[in-house]
Amino acid sequence: MRRLVAHPTGRWAIAVIVLLAVSAIVGPWLTSYTGVEQLDIVALKNAPPSWAHPFGTDQYSRDLLARVLRGARISLLVSLLAVTLSIVLGATWGLIAGYFGGVLDTVMMRVIDAFLSIPRVLLLVALMTVLEQVPLWLLVLLLGGTGWFGVSRLVRAETLSAREQPYVEAARALGASHTRILLQHLLPNVAAPLIVAATLSIGNTIVLEAGLSFLGVGAREPTPSWGSVFLGAVESYAGNWWAVLFPGLAIVVTALAFNMLGDALRDVLDPRQVHLAHRLPDSATALPVVQRDPRPTAAV
Amino acid sequence: MADPLLTVRDLRTYFYTENGVARSVDGVSFSVGAGETVGLVGESGCGKSVTALSLMRLVRPPGRIEPGSAIDFKGRDLVAIDEKAMRAVRGAQIAMVFQEPMTALNPVFTVGDQIAEVVRIHKGGSRQEAWRRAVEMLEVVGIPSPEQRAHEYPHQLSGGMRQRVVIAMALVMNPALIIADEPTTALDVTIQAQILELLRELQAKFGTSILLITHDLGVVAETVSRVIVMYGGEIVEEAPVEELFKNAHHPYTQGLLNAMPQVGHERDRLATIPGTVPPPTNWPQGCRFHDRCSYAWERCLVEHPPLYQIGETHTSRCHLAVEPDRRAQPHTPFVVQEASA
Repeated sequence: MRRLVAHPTGRWAIAVIVLLAVSAIVGPWLTSYTGVEQLDIVALKNAPPSWAHPFGTDQYSRDLLARVLRGARISLLVSLLAVTLSIVLGATWGLIAGYFGGVLDTVMMRVIDAFLSIPRVLLLVALMTVLEQVPLWLLVLLLGGTGWFGVSRLVRAETLSAREQPYVEAARALGASHTRILLQHLLPNVAAPLIVAATLSIGNTIVLEAGLSFLGVGAREPTPSWGSVFLGAVESYAGNWWAVLFPGLAIVVTALAFNMLGDALRDVLDPRQVHLAHRLPDSATALPVVQRDPRPTAAV
Repeated sequence: MADPLLTVRDLRTYFYTENGVARSVDGVSFSVGAGETVGLVGESGCGKSVTALSLMRLVRPPGRIEPGSAIDFKGRDLVAIDEKAMRAVRGAQIAMVFQEPMTALNPVFTVGDQIAEVVRIHKGGSRQEAWRRAVEMLEVVGIPSPEQRAHEYPHQLSGGMRQRVVIAMALVMNPALIIADEPTTALDVTIQAQILELLRELQAKFGTSILLITHDLGVVAETVSRVIVMYGGEIVEEAPVEELFKNAHHPYTQGLLNAMPQVGHERDRLATIPGTVPPPTNWPQGCRFHDRCSYAWERCLVEHPPLYQIGETHTSRCHLAVEPDRRAQPHTPFVVQEASA
């Protein structure tokens, strides 16, 4: 965590995400509007940004700041839960396939191949169209349930290399069961890429959720998610750039922040990178090699 | 030995590969007495590590222990018991010390956690108790300030220290038998001596039997009481250690002894055994060593030698036992003849 704060982009990504999270949580208390009620359909229809309404209002005279803040709750919550679900599913599937290998692995991976060959957005649009009513929990299930295939591949690949490590055999030689080896020894060793993948995938899921809402199959009116707010603005566009700009900006900034955080985590968690960071100052100064390691070079 | 702790009878471990059946361990029988240290010696590829893994039932597919093999340990046949019972044996009754202390430890846990884990697998109990036991074990294996060291990760320790941790993990449940697979190969010579000394000490203290697997006869000489030499998936010679060093019978054992560097004997080059171990999918007919042997004659090409009893406690799988005069007529081994032809 300390290294993450020291990371040049990681620091900003964290700041943005904390800010977003805080505003999502306390948002409803920041503004006196709910974003759902129509204030004054005559006087405040498509009102430009002002002190009373910093983001302006939409075509139904609803306060856009309030809507974007409420949307943050929904977009972030849905993405977070969906990604959590997909990580759990993907990690379980990948660990089992990678650890046991053989026919089981082949079958499990062909299943993943089959799922991956279906375009995710089309699948989601189709499902949501058929379902008509999509409550938020179902949205989470659908996004999470279609998002874990890549994760499972990643975890499997990591598991394949981790299980060949002598410490796995050593653990077996000490009497550890398969379950124990999977959870105690392999999972922590594949955790680093998993965390990176999860972070990157939050950004993607936010964009995807926005996209689905924009296509009219995600969260639905009057529930404001960023996508649906954006959709409303585009549908009734009449020179009111603010209605498009602010929700759009929210999506872009959030996705960017999560992607940057993911990259920063990758740098921080990759042991080879760490190695490099330790070595650079030494070679840069080009001084005779000095024992920098503070730990005592004690005898065995 | 009054009652052997471990008796292996006709152990066969075959690997079913695309290139045919690799008979890596092919009819090995031996025993280890309680409190005894036995050395298992041979070149790479002669089957000693697979023997060790078979004893732990850790051979992975496509390898398998063939029916008819028996591993009698404390009156139980380890080949026959189910996986769950076997897990209770591993680590608690028979423990293994691996060659690479760098990688035999999980990099993401502290060494204290890893030793404590073994306790918790086999004995359960509270975390604190297991941790206390782990610290105790670190002290037993001679790690200074064990309370602090227990909180360190493997990469913070030197190679010798890590091997001590691995030994602590093996010993924490006070097993009856430790299988040490090349425990000193990856270490500096001075550290090697320390680790061997530690093993000796611990054995005296706990009465543990040790099966020491190595290719280094120097290690064998100072550690074990009895030596088993393997070649081509079989035992080719077995004798008490002094007997073996004085009166090695099998030409392969003699070759290994000659290949040892010796202080005081100036030589430009170390003696070698010509050729390499043949692939286990295709052991030679007759004696498996015949193509590299300086004494091989017609009989060796066709007749697979049995283990001849050549002394009370000394056996050798070589026809020279019945035709000792042949020793007077060494010749160039066939591999060399073929190579130059």
